[in-house]
Amino acid sequence: MEFLSYFGGVFEPTAFLLLLGGTIGGLILGATPGLSPTMAVALLIPFTFHLSPTQGLILLGAAYTSTVAGGAVSAILLKIPGAPANIATALDGNAMAKNGEGARALHLSFLSSGIGGVIGVLLLIFLTPVLAQWALAFSYSHLFWMAILGVTVIGSLDSKSFVKGLLSGCIGLWLSMIGFDDNLGAQRFIFTDALAGGIHIIPALIGLFAIPQVMEMFAKGRNNAAIEAIEVPKQSLMDSMKELTRNVRALSIGTIFGSIIGIIPGVGGQIAGLVAYDQARKFSPDKDKFGTGHPEGIIAAESANNAMVGPSLVPLLTLSIPGSPTAAVLLGGLIIHGIFPGSDLFDNHPQVAWTFINSMLIGQILMVIFGIYTATWAARIARAPMPIMAAAVMVLALFGSYSVQQSMGDVYIMLSLGIGMFFLEKFGFSAAPLVLGLILGPIAESNFTTGSLISQAQDGPWVYFLTGTLNIFLIALVFASVAYSFWSNMMHGKAVKKMQEAAS
Amino acid sequence: MTASRLQHTVASGVVLLVAALVTYISFTQQPADAFLFPRLISIFFIILAVWNFARAVSGVAKVGTGLNATEFKNILPGLIVMIVFVFLVAKSIGFYLSSAIAFMIIYTLYDPAPYSDGKAWGKRLIVTVCFMAVMYCLFALLLKVQTPSGILF
Repeated sequence: MEFLSYFGGVFEPTAFLLLLGGTIGGLILGATPGLSPTMAVALLIPFTFHLSPTQGLILLGAAYTSTVAGGAVSAILLKIPGAPANIATALDGNAMAKNGEGARALHLSFLSSGIGGVIGVLLLIFLTPVLAQWALAFSYSHLFWMAILGVTVIGSLDSKSFVKGLLSGCIGLWLSMIGFDDNLGAQRFIFTDALAGGIHIIPALIGLFAIPQVMEMFAKGRNNAAIEAIEVPKQSLMDSMKELTRNVRALSIGTIFGSIIGIIPGVGGQIAGLVAYDQARKFSPDKDKFGTGHPEGIIAAESANNAMVGPSLVPLLTLSIPGSPTAAVLLGGLIIHGIFPGSDLFDNHPQVAWTFINSMLIGQILMVIFGIYTATWAARIARAPMPIMAAAVMVLALFGSYSVQQSMGDVYIMLSLGIGMFFLEKFGFSAAPLVLGLILGPIAESNFTTGSLISQAQDGPWVYFLTGTLNIFLIALVFASVAYSFWSNMMHGKAVKKMQEAAS
Repeated sequence: MTASRLQHTVASGVVLLVAALVTYISFTQQPADAFLFPRLISIFFIILAVWNFARAVSGVAKVGTGLNATEFKNILPGLIVMIVFVFLVAKSIGFYLSSAIAFMIIYTLYDPAPYSDGKAWGKRLIVTVCFMAVMYCLFALLLKVQTPSGILF
C-alpha cells in the first residue's frame, strides 16, 4: 500500500493543472481523426523536457489515458475512430447516435472507459512492485535478453508481417548505434555532421509518429468532403448510469479482456476492443442486436480499450518492455529524464513512479467527468479541416524537435526519419518496433558490453549469455514470440487464400 | 511484373542496400570492440533483409498497400513544401516567419475552397496568424525556447 502515501503529489497545484490540461487536451486530440494517441504523446514529450520528471509523466499519462477514451467521440459522432482502439466502438456507437441516442452512447462510452480504466490502473498498482522485485534478480545477460525480447515481441506481434516487423526492429537498433561509441569513443555510422551526436529519442519519436500522419493527410488531397457530425440531443446521465448497471456482463468482459491483453506486450488497444466486443457478442442473449446500436457493444469495447492502458505499463515500468506503441513513447519520456524502468524506478525514484501511477487513477475520474461534459464540444473541434491539422502538426513537429537540444540537426533527423517511415509504412513496415529498437538499443548494447567484459573473467560469453535458467527462459520467449508470429502469419495467409478461392 | 510487385521489390531492395551497408561498415571498421554489438545486430539485419527481398521478388510479400499515382501526386506538393521549409528556409529566414509561410502554403494547397474565393483567403490568413500566435506564446514565452531568428523573425 506504498502508493497511498504518494497521493498528495497528484494534488500539488502544478501537477494537478497538468493532469487537468493533459486530460482535456487528450480528449480533444483523441477525438480528432488522424491524430493517434501515440502521436499526441510524442508531440507532448518536448514540453515535458521543461518539467520535473513527475510532472512530465503526469502530463504524458493523462494524455495517454484520455486520447484513447477521446477517440470514442469521433467514433460515435463521426463514425471515424479517433484511434485504432476505438474501431469496435464505431460499430454500435454510430448506429446509436444515428438513432438519436448520441448522448447516451457518449455517456456509456466514458463511464465504461472510466470503470475499465480504474480497474486497469489498480492492476498496475498491485502487479508492478511484484514484477519490479523479480527484476532485481536480473544480471547483465538477462537485461540484454529482456531488451532483445522487447524488440522481437513488438516486432513480431505489432506488425502484419513478422519479417518486416523484425526488420523494423533491426533498423531501430541500427539507428540507436549511430554516433560515438560510449566506451571507446569510436565513430559509428556518422555519415553527416547532423548525426555526430547520435539520434536523440524525442526528435526521432516526433518524426516517426507525426510526419507519416501529416503525409497521410496530404495523400487525401484537396477534395476532402466536410465531415458531418450527428447532432446530440441531451439525455439523462442518471439513465445512462442505470443502463450501465444493467450491462455488468459486457462491462466485466471488456475489463477482463482489456486487462489481460494490456499485459501482453505489443498487442495494444485495437485488439483489446475488438476481442472484447466479439466476446461480449458471443455471451450476449441479444447477439443479433450487435452492430445495430446495441449499448453492450460500446460498453465492452470502451471498457476494454481503457482497461488495457494501466496493464500495458506493467511490463514497461518493470522490465522496459512497453505493452503498446504509446507505452513505447512513454518509455522515451522516462529515459530522457534519466530514469530507467525496473527496480531503479521504484527504489530510487518512488515518488516519481507512484505519483505518476496515482495520477493515472485520478486521471480516469477526470476523464469521465470532462469526457461527458465536453464530448460534443470536442466533436466540433474534431471537425477541424485536415489541411489545418496537417500544417499545425508539421509546425509543432518542427518546434518540438528543435526545442529539445536547440539543434537544427535534430530537426533534419526528425523530418528525414518521418519521410522515410511514411514510405516504409506503405510497404508494411511498422514504426513501433523501430522505436523500440531505437530506445532499447543502448540498453541492450551496454548490458551486452558489460556482460561480455564480466564473462571474460568467468567461463566466457557463450556460457554467460546462453546458459542459466533465466537466460534460457528469456531466449525461449524471444523464439516463441517470433515462432508465434510466423505461425499466425501463415494461418492468416492460408485463410486469405481460401477466401480468394471461395470468391473465384 | 505488376506495379505493386515492382514497388515492393524496390522498397525491399532499398532496405537490403541499407542492411548491406550496415553489415559492411560493421565488419570493416575499427576498433573492432566498438563494432561488436553492431556486428551481432547486422547479421540478423542482413538475413532478414535478404529474406524480405526474396519474398518481394517472388511476389509473396503483399503486406502494405504501396503508393498509387494519385496519392503520390497529392503528397508531392506538401512534401516539397516540408523539405524546403525545414532544410532550406527555417534557419535562414527565421522559425516563426518561415513556419507561418509554410503553414499558409500547406493550408492553401490542401484547402478544398477555390483559390478565387476571397473569403477563404481571409480565413486562411486569420487561422495562420492565430496559430502562430499560439506557437509564439507556447515556445517563446512559456518554454523560453530560443529559436533561430534568421534574417527576419
